[in-house]
Amino acid sequence: MDLNNVPILSIVTFLPLAGAIVLMLFSSENKGLIRLWANLVAAAGFLVSVPLFFAFDYENSAAMQFTESLSWIPSLGVRYSVGIDGISLLLVLLTTLLGAIAVLSSWESIQHRAKEFYVFMLMLQTGMLGVFVSLDFFMFYVFWEVMLVPMYFLIGVWGGPRKLYAAIKFFLYTLVGSVLLLLGILALYFQYPVIASAVPEIAAQFGLERTFDILAFQEMGPYLNADLQWWIFLAFFVGFAIKVPMFPFHTWLPDAHVEAPTAGSVILAGVLLKMGTYGFVRFSLPILPDATVEFVPFMIALSIIAIIYGALVAMMQKDMKSLVAYSSVSHMGFVMLGMFALNPNGLNGSLLQQINHGISTGALFLIVGIIYDRRHTREIAEFGGLSSIMPKYAVVFAIMTMSSIGLPLLNGFMGEFPILMGALQENIWWAVAGASGIVLGAAYMLWLYQRTMFGKLDNPKNEGLPDLNAREMATLVPLVILAFWIGIYPAPFFRALDGPVDRLVEIVREDYFEANPIEAELPLPVDAAAAEAAEAE
Amino acid sequence: MEQFFQPQDLRAIAPELALTVFGLGLLALDLIVPDKRKLGYWALAGVAAAAVLLFLNRNLDTVTAYGGQVVVDPFADYFKMMFLLATGLTVGLSMRYLDIEGEQHGEYYALLLFAVMGMMFMAGGVDMVTLYIGLETMAIATYVLVGFLRRRPRSNEASIKYFMLGAFSSGVLLYGMSLLYGISGSTNLAEIADALSRRGADPVSLIAMITVSAGMFFKIGAVPFHQWTPDAYEGAPSSVTAFMSVAVKAASFAMLLRIFLLGIGPLREQWVPVVAAVAVTTITLGNIAALRQTNVKRLLAYSSIAHAGFVLLGLIAGNRTGMVAIVLYLFIYTFMNVGAWGIVVALRRGNVIGENIEDLNGLFARNPVAAVTMLIFMLSLAGIPPTAGFIAKYHLFAAVIETGHVNVAVIAALNVAIGLYYYMRLVVAMFIAEPAGAESVPFSRGVTSVLVITLALTILIGVYPNWFINLAQNATATLPVF
Repeated sequence: MDLNNVPILSIVTFLPLAGAIVLMLFSSENKGLIRLWANLVAAAGFLVSVPLFFAFDYENSAAMQFTESLSWIPSLGVRYSVGIDGISLLLVLLTTLLGAIAVLSSWESIQHRAKEFYVFMLMLQTGMLGVFVSLDFFMFYVFWEVMLVPMYFLIGVWGGPRKLYAAIKFFLYTLVGSVLLLLGILALYFQYPVIASAVPEIAAQFGLERTFDILAFQEMGPYLNADLQWWIFLAFFVGFAIKVPMFPFHTWLPDAHVEAPTAGSVILAGVLLKMGTYGFVRFSLPILPDATVEFVPFMIALSIIAIIYGALVAMMQKDMKSLVAYSSVSHMGFVMLGMFALNPNGLNGSLLQQINHGISTGALFLIVGIIYDRRHTREIAEFGGLSSIMPKYAVVFAIMTMSSIGLPLLNGFMGEFPILMGALQENIWWAVAGASGIVLGAAYMLWLYQRTMFGKLDNPKNEGLPDLNAREMATLVPLVILAFWIGIYPAPFFRALDGPVDRLVEIVREDYFEANPIEAELPLPVDAAAAEAAEAE
Repeated sequence: MEQFFQPQDLRAIAPELALTVFGLGLLALDLIVPDKRKLGYWALAGVAAAAVLLFLNRNLDTVTAYGGQVVVDPFADYFKMMFLLATGLTVGLSMRYLDIEGEQHGEYYALLLFAVMGMMFMAGGVDMVTLYIGLETMAIATYVLVGFLRRRPRSNEASIKYFMLGAFSSGVLLYGMSLLYGISGSTNLAEIADALSRRGADPVSLIAMITVSAGMFFKIGAVPFHQWTPDAYEGAPSSVTAFMSVAVKAASFAMLLRIFLLGIGPLREQWVPVVAAVAVTTITLGNIAALRQTNVKRLLAYSSIAHAGFVLLGLIAGNRTGMVAIVLYLFIYTFMNVGAWGIVVALRRGNVIGENIEDLNGLFARNPVAAVTMLIFMLSLAGIPPTAGFIAKYHLFAAVIETGHVNVAVIAALNVAIGLYYYMRLVVAMFIAEPAGAESVPFSRGVTSVLVITLALTILIGVYPNWFINLAQNATATLPVF
């Protein structure tokens, strides 16, 4: 398929926005039509992104593909410039899929002010996609902030009892981080001409003028002096760590996730958190390699605290949704642990685990949302024995629980295993801490499952709860299929990630592949490599 | 010295002359025309005439007139254009509003035109006497405009307060100016700078610097000289408040820039720490005070104090980017702030004053277009992309980072979050709170056109700012920077 002549990424990014603008013209009385249109747009948004998966050149997965570049604000050197490599490819696909699912999941639960809800959902979609496809730092920042507004409204208007508090907390936390991020971006922006005039190779490729070109920044990274790198890393760290969220900046997350409507939680957990980790991978690591290495102990310490602390707090939750929310803190700690192991295994696992977390936690929020729609409570103590009356629900819940725990054959394992391998390569204690997090994760998830699904159906209010209907199945089945796909045959995904990961490791640790020659030949984790070898025959 | 007056000098001040003629004409027409609203159109015609003359003068590159008292340069032209735009918008807001308040009088529009005439001399003056007279022309007209709702004690009180403190600060400013004159023997800013650079920072020049800055800080409403702002803004007719918060403030900034960059420029090393301290406290205190307000007018008043502090950041940076940032910020602020005040004006109906935050409750249900418009102004004031406010804040941050003022930048960055908090309070009221009443909010033609213009520019500058950045770059190209 040739997509070179089509501005495919712009279409993917702005289709939801166009849909939202059309939607604004509808009468807010006609809820059926509004719902139908929003679902059509969201589904179309996913469908137009699918060709990316097939047309993507996996041989050059480290290179930016489907690029478009237009002048936007010439007096500042800002360009409208988009493109994706393997990392953003997967995130774009995850976003369009979860976006469509989140919209579909709101069919019945959102009755109040439905039109605005869907308008904000679609605008949010454009904001998130823009973040993942931007190759210009200014443009990235614009999308990064734009997306806060619809999310604020989704939590603030359609959220739970403490919605206003949660919404403004989310907005303020992220905004503080983003403005500091902007200061870091500006420091790079003013540094670029200085370095470009000193290094002819960079000047030849990207010119001498001021620019926000992310690729130019990545090229100049190694020439930045260590002190400046340190400060910029710090500014980026605040911006991205709040979004991930890393301990101790995680306190907005439980509030926002718990108060948000189901669709909002799915998007928050599934996509928004990935923007933080994406920021680290796309900017902090390649642009600031020296500072990255310097910050490793600090980052690892915070990640390990997040893994253990998040899991312990999750275990104590009485509300299903806050349990899942805290489990996100723990899982994102995992992602960060793998990333800052700074070796191919760790990074591969970390990037795949981002996708996995989007799938399994997104599904868990849907599952909680479904039971909430029926009972209007999420208290774990209110439930028990549901598996006898809701068998389909129980099966899906079980699969997603296992996926979240990291059971082999499901996606979670394919992420966690390389992360632990990567951690082990660097320091055995990192791996020990990570593994204990997995054990705790199994404990709280299985305990949750046991308390809600097994046992006797002793609460009379739960009698006669209907099982999943077709629409709910439609939201969950794609995620279940993906969970199995990644769990059994992750090769296509690793193939997309391999190139970018090797490139990252080369930038951050120049001598890594010379010191570990075997891995250079065998960049894929064991299963994936074997699978690919089989394919080649 | 050049000859003091030459006939061609009249061309240099043609826009000012046009405003004076139209202003005087308004006073005369006031006696004949029974429908005072028609006078608003006359005022608009005056603004348009001045704008046309300003446009015809666009190729007079850096011409000095009246023996070097007045200069026509891109900087002055830029500000004059901004004043005229702000005045046009203010007239649009006033016509219906004054009817509702029952205070429709011809002098109102005449005073507006006289105030703008004064502002133009503040932007074009390079001599302390001209600047001061321009300032007073503007200020005296504004004192009267603030007290224009003469049957309302609040408006009277605001006017008296503003007048007393304004007169006091003008005194302080004059004191500093007299010292500068004593040092240099001239009232011309360039000659003052020359004398100062030879003299260096001795106690007398420092006292002159401090007093002149204090006077200017008062005029822009910077901490610790900001106390008059909330009272005057709250008491004044809303349309006048809109005018004060953009045009009067921008004029004061134009004069401040001329004095700081040109006049006391040689003392830059001494005044940068002072300006930095003032800017940071202004932003922070303005924002913190705004957090607790329940009255929309007072909230916007405190927010405008914080915005003045933000603009000062550009002066701290003092480089080319900083200057671009200042003039661009003022330009953008004109639209987003007049827009926000336009909504406040629109909410003022027969029995509803529309000044408490609760009066905004459920505005989205009653008038979705108005609510979304206000939302965009609020986001822009807070500095969220893709609105013009972001482009404005971006330039300021760029300027302070470029010059390495990281501490200032970080404090300002944290203040963006505080600002967002109180702007979102209005948004919460409009979008989330239960409606205060079922009646819809009607919009007069004047207010609607003001809102359409301001909204369009707020979005346009946010999405495609290039042309406006070039304009600002062009305007500041001749300014001396460091």
